[in-house]
Amino acid sequence: MMLTDHLLSILIWLPIAGGFALLAFGERAATARWVALAIASATFIASIPLWTLFKAGTSTMQFVERTAWMPGIHSDFYIGVDGISMPLIVLTTFTTVLIVISGWESVEKRVSQYLAAFLILEGLMIGVFAALDGVLFYVFWEAMLLPMFIIIGIWGGPRRVYATIKFFLYTFIGSLLMLVALIYLYLKTGRYELASFQELPLTLGEQTFIFLAFFAAFAVKVPMWPVHTWLPDAHVEAPTGGSVVLAAIMLKMGGYGFLRFSLPIAPDASRKLDWLIISLSLIAVVYIGFVALVQRDMKKLIAYSSIAHMGFVTLGAFVGYQIVSSTGKLAGIELGMDGAVVQMLSHGLVSAAMFLCVGVMYDRVHSREISAYGGVVNTMPKFAAFMVLFAMANAGLPGTSGFVGEFLVILASFKANVWFAFLAGTTLVLGAAYTLWLVKRVIFGEVANEKVAALQDVNGREFFVLSVLAAAVLLVGLWPAPLLDVMRASTHHLAQQLLVSKIPP
Amino acid sequence: MNAFSVMDFNSGLGLAVPEMFLAVTACIILLTDLMLTDEQRHWTGVLSVITLLICAMLTIMEPVDGRLVVLGGMFESDRMAQALKLVTLVTVAVVFVYSTDYLKRRSILKGEYYVLGLFATLGAMVLISAGSLITLYLGLELMSLCLYAMVAFDRDAGIAAESAIKYFVLGSMASGTLLYGMSIVYGMTGTLELSQIATAVHNGFSDNVGLLFGIAFLIVGIGFKLGAVPFHMWIPDVYEGSPTCVTVFIGTASKLAAFALAMRLLPEALAGSQPDWSQMLVVLSVLSIAIGNLVAVAQSNLKRMLAYSTISHVGYILLGILSGTAQGYQAAMFYMISYVIVASGAFGMILLLARQGFEADKLEDFKGLNARSPWFAGMMAILMFSLAGLPPFIGFWAKLGVIQAVLNINYVWLAVVAVLFSVIGAFYYLRIVKLMYFDDPVDTAVLGGSVLMRAVLSVNALLVFGLGIAPAALIAVCQRALP
Repeated sequence: MMLTDHLLSILIWLPIAGGFALLAFGERAATARWVALAIASATFIASIPLWTLFKAGTSTMQFVERTAWMPGIHSDFYIGVDGISMPLIVLTTFTTVLIVISGWESVEKRVSQYLAAFLILEGLMIGVFAALDGVLFYVFWEAMLLPMFIIIGIWGGPRRVYATIKFFLYTFIGSLLMLVALIYLYLKTGRYELASFQELPLTLGEQTFIFLAFFAAFAVKVPMWPVHTWLPDAHVEAPTGGSVVLAAIMLKMGGYGFLRFSLPIAPDASRKLDWLIISLSLIAVVYIGFVALVQRDMKKLIAYSSIAHMGFVTLGAFVGYQIVSSTGKLAGIELGMDGAVVQMLSHGLVSAAMFLCVGVMYDRVHSREISAYGGVVNTMPKFAAFMVLFAMANAGLPGTSGFVGEFLVILASFKANVWFAFLAGTTLVLGAAYTLWLVKRVIFGEVANEKVAALQDVNGREFFVLSVLAAAVLLVGLWPAPLLDVMRASTHHLAQQLLVSKIPP
Repeated sequence: MNAFSVMDFNSGLGLAVPEMFLAVTACIILLTDLMLTDEQRHWTGVLSVITLLICAMLTIMEPVDGRLVVLGGMFESDRMAQALKLVTLVTVAVVFVYSTDYLKRRSILKGEYYVLGLFATLGAMVLISAGSLITLYLGLELMSLCLYAMVAFDRDAGIAAESAIKYFVLGSMASGTLLYGMSIVYGMTGTLELSQIATAVHNGFSDNVGLLFGIAFLIVGIGFKLGAVPFHMWIPDVYEGSPTCVTVFIGTASKLAAFALAMRLLPEALAGSQPDWSQMLVVLSVLSIAIGNLVAVAQSNLKRMLAYSTISHVGYILLGILSGTAQGYQAAMFYMISYVIVASGAFGMILLLARQGFEADKLEDFKGLNARSPWFAGMMAILMFSLAGLPPFIGFWAKLGVIQAVLNINYVWLAVVAVLFSVIGAFYYLRIVKLMYFDDPVDTAVLGGSVLMRAVLSVNALLVFGLGIAPAALIAVCQRALP
């Protein structure tokens, strides 16, 4: 039992320590790749017991570890998971393995530094999802920016410096306001424990201030319209692995933050300001959907589609108050939250797959322009099959993971207001339009030019990565029940927390 | 002052052993240096570093229990003094290690550098332990005079002479202002001893215009020595004009002394007028944070950039002091110590890159450092991230503490201003990381520096990282120092 007692610590520190060790390999690229793969796989294997030993019926934190860290400011190294964070951690370890494999040949410059950055990033991201202490959370949250900053800046495209500094400063400004709110809460409670923040009674004025400070941090990260502009730049300039981590994991932290911080700590302010989140989410779904339609760059198109999909996450998380006021029943709240969490996981898989597909083509043709392609199916039939599958998942086709989350959220918004459901439902049209049009232009049709004619189909390594992702997408789509089971108790608990006013009498 | 007796004086001498030791050894080193040939000159440095380390040992061994005022009220020994002296001594030792190499490569290795440095350190120690206005001023002037001479140390450099004159003229003016403020406070309270001033202020004078007038002058003096806006004009020029080995001295050891000056005068002696000086410090602090960060963005010289960055960090330190709470003072002290550790590393990097006839103080000189030396690029990145206040580096805990201090007194707007300007700060620190990692090198020369210097510099940078992961010990030191 020793190992499972410290499972989360192992998951955090193994990749971080491994990443630093990897730096020592310097120019020996081949060794570095195998070592990185070993570390990433070990971390993934270590994360499997997290799922299998997880007790589904309870919302209390599991795998809890607590050691005094800084008694001077009452902050502990306090970690644990519940049904919302556990699947996200498994998603993180899973994605990192794929990233290490996918960058096997395409990254040639400073290989060990590249892989080290991803491993360190993995540990820090797991730390974000596992932290139950405000300062610890903030430390992981900010520290995570550093490897990403380096990844985009060194291995990115031509405008990488602009993109990475924009990415960093956008996120940093929001995070610092969150820090002010965390310290404010600490001064009220005398502890940095998240649970004590959640229990603390706060006036509506205080809650509004705290809500807005958290909003600044999480809305940038999600990203919500209108603070989304860093994302297309970062995605386009980042190397494939960087785009995958950004889309699959980092964006989820915004949604996770809303569920873990904004809603339970400031429920009354969330009720008062839910119109803000709902309208921004709907703008993201509709307007950004149209923006995606006109993109000429494949990565940009997927980036915008990510913003639209993440709109569902925020919509599902905040639509609950409207459901209560229009129907008077609690049932719909959980529906929306379940939808939000499933959508996060599904988008993690689908967007990772889409970016990897673009990466596969980019490695061969060195262009991300849609117009540079056409008729890829003729030369890369296996690849085309995968790409079409992931495109369908991106469009929310039933049977794929993309459907489950969107369906749950639309169902929940139907209970709140028919118009919400109508606007959210436009994604079924828009999502299908931009994704299928992309597929039509890139995959189908005549062979467009000699570069496409010379394309080699996916090799064994790429085939492995894409088929693993395809299996995951289909599994979640066809049989989401196990996933919904692990999170049910936690979303139920969260829904209860929302409804209890924290305003002191 | 009135109850001065030889008996008291003798019994208290024991507490001043480190200072006396340093004074005597500095004189011995001055004489020894006369006997050395130019080839043996580096022994002066070795002796100085050993002296500083012994002195640091003596400081640690000193029994400190609460606050002891000895030597007829002139000299004060408490945990804050002990901690600050220790940091000063170690910092100066590290600075000497960094400098020896630099001076040798630029062939200006002279014994006077070390001797002046030792006397400046002595001044800083006297200032840190000052129990009365007289000792405070004495220590400050001893330190400042040595620093003026050190700035002009490279005789053939015109820019150094210019900086020295500027520093001297402005510094004397600030000292004069400080002295004027002290004389008003003395006139109002009738005593020079800090503890008696505190009692006098506490028992009346809360709204005394005369005292307020005196405080305003004291604040000007403190603001100048710390380098807070609007008394910051000398900082960029002196930082840029001085030889880098002197810049690092001014940027670290003298800042610690200036911090002690502020702590002795404001929270200790004038605690009773805290609301008054807090208001003044709010202005200095906001201006320093804003102007320091904004102007630093426009700099192309690294020393100038670090000068403006110092100004902004002083603003953050003032946030802790102005809060008027024990937690705020602890946070300010933590900030000061952590800043000194980071700044000595950052200037150390400039010293490492400098060569014969080449200062390495332009931002471009750091281009592509990752390709030239991944290790030291990593060290510099740690230092820059720490200055930007990112976790898990020590600078983050410093910022966390002072923001907590201002939120504690319900200055939410001040906290928001402070964090927003630190985003601008992050921009120019990240620019250095960008130059090192994302650009290709222009200069491909192999990095110089002795093994000792490289080792010390690495330890210095790793300390920033280590204390960032486990800051509890340093936080505890600050909490014990200022209960």
